[in-house]
Amino acid sequence: MNNAPRESRLGAWIAMGLGTLYFLLPLIATFEFSLRMKRGEYSFEAYKVVFGDPLFQATFGYSIVMALATIAVGVLLVVPTAYWVHLRMPKLRPLVEFITLLPLVIPAIVIVFGYLRMYNSSSILPLTGSEHATDFLLVCSYVTLSLPYMYRSVDTGLRTIDVRTLTEAAEVLGARRATILLRVIFPNITSAILSGAFLTFAVVIGEFTMASLLDRPAFGPYLQLIGANRAYEPSALAVIAFLVTWASMGLINVFGRNSRRQPNR
Amino acid sequence: MAFLEISQLQKHFGSHTAVHDFSISVEQGEFVTFLGPSGCGKTTILRMLAGFEAPSAGGIVFDGRDVTQVPTNRRNVGMVFQSYALFPNMTVAENIGFGLKVAGASQNDIAARVREMLKLIKLDALAERYPWQMSGGQQQRVALARAIANRPKVLLLDEPLSALDAKIRIALREEIRELQRELNITTVFVTHDQEEALSISDRIVVLNEGRVEQIGTPSEIYNFPRTRFVASFIGTLNQLGGTVVDTARGEIRVGEQLLVTSNPLDELSNGQACTLALRPEAVTLQGGGKGRNTVQAVVDDVSFLGSIVRVRSHLGSEVLSMDVFNDPNQKLPARGDTVQLSFAFENLLVLA
Repeated sequence: MNNAPRESRLGAWIAMGLGTLYFLLPLIATFEFSLRMKRGEYSFEAYKVVFGDPLFQATFGYSIVMALATIAVGVLLVVPTAYWVHLRMPKLRPLVEFITLLPLVIPAIVIVFGYLRMYNSSSILPLTGSEHATDFLLVCSYVTLSLPYMYRSVDTGLRTIDVRTLTEAAEVLGARRATILLRVIFPNITSAILSGAFLTFAVVIGEFTMASLLDRPAFGPYLQLIGANRAYEPSALAVIAFLVTWASMGLINVFGRNSRRQPNR
Repeated sequence: MAFLEISQLQKHFGSHTAVHDFSISVEQGEFVTFLGPSGCGKTTILRMLAGFEAPSAGGIVFDGRDVTQVPTNRRNVGMVFQSYALFPNMTVAENIGFGLKVAGASQNDIAARVREMLKLIKLDALAERYPWQMSGGQQQRVALARAIANRPKVLLLDEPLSALDAKIRIALREEIRELQRELNITTVFVTHDQEEALSISDRIVVLNEGRVEQIGTPSEIYNFPRTRFVASFIGTLNQLGGTVVDTARGEIRVGEQLLVTSNPLDELSNGQACTLALRPEAVTLQGGGKGRNTVQAVVDDVSFLGSIVRVRSHLGSEVLSMDVFNDPNQKLPARGDTVQLSFAFENLLVLA
């Protein structure tokens, strides 16, 4: 039973209503504008143009591939690291957390200028010398950028299981570390990994700075290009980008709910 | 040579010594329990047997093989944990078969062994269930089946019943013992519950602060505790302060009364203060008789404990409790009554 006074409940509803309007109104306005490409009527013409644009297909496809590669590398890097920290070096957890949060503090432009300095064509490791090498560099930069989200998700997942006892139980049954990671740890933090993966996906799809400065044909720079040269299509693209992000968040919720239905302890 | 030999095992954590010079020989098929309060080192010793902790000194030998430096996954031990530690992502059948799968057994062999284990623990119908779909008692039985599916040389159980409620605990400990006898696996069981230890062990090792207080059969530990700690830790015990009168005749003064013990007083001298121990169930209301001490006491309280009635009285400044079986037809003394209590000479123990 809600015992809060009527006035404070009304105040809470008003605040929520104002916040929702503040958030939704620009989105509704953007969506409404994107339907106005044909004069005098609402239509999805802008969306047709966008989806039919070969450059949209190429850049969106490229960013999806980059996102998937980032997720794969991120999972292979973060899960064993977080597992090892939980198991053997719990005192190092604050330091590791600090390191994984650094990408949030250091601007992307600083990171990418650092990359250009370290990996330019006259350095020992000239990763900017070819397209594929630059793609690799971009994936590494995305992994760094998504590190706070991936690590935090995986760390939270590991906290919901008794890592030490499960590891010991598997060891006593003859399993080695790799087997334990693959058959015991990974399957029990799948929803956490997926949460991190969807967050990574959302971050990578919309990323502009690194892709632009490394001159790669990603979706972020395409959004900026269209925004500078067209009227209705950028609104359509903004709505599409929002939908992709919301779909990712929705899937995080779905997998999070599924994991709560099957307790790990 | 014994099947399990532990020699002068030590474990230090920084400046703190968790285990001091622990040694024991365990025969094939024997069920040994490490019993003691929290922090006494029993789990640390078990973890060294499993290989989770490296000993600071000493050695461990399983069936003639020195395993002191052998990693856990190559020791061929089975372990049951307090928290069950079943793999949440695997069914009961998959959990039980995990060790065999890791060892590279064929699918047919794994399936056959899993069926055998499920029959042993009487959970045939739950093969496809997940751990979170089962009760605590069922989970622990699955954990036990998983531990023995690999045919381990030694079975280690780390307080496996602590997380279960009382009735399930009693039923499951009997099952564990029955299974262990049937399979003749050398077993080391860790618990802080003395009733558990007394009911299912061949031998008990009582530990306190990393040291062995006493090793013996349940009967020896209970009836003939050798140290004050063992006497007070196991069961309920009357402890009386007295003064030795005559070591040769076993006479000790407690308050105004002279008592006799048939237990040796070699380590004491006349006039020396000492502590006497007496089990409440050794005391009776009938006075007199050859070989028995008779004392006069004043009743302070009579408590009904179910199958037992505890009569608490005092003689001088010493408190003396007596346990009698509950008999509705028996007339019990009331508070304030002066009663005559008696106990045999051999029941009066002298504590170190």
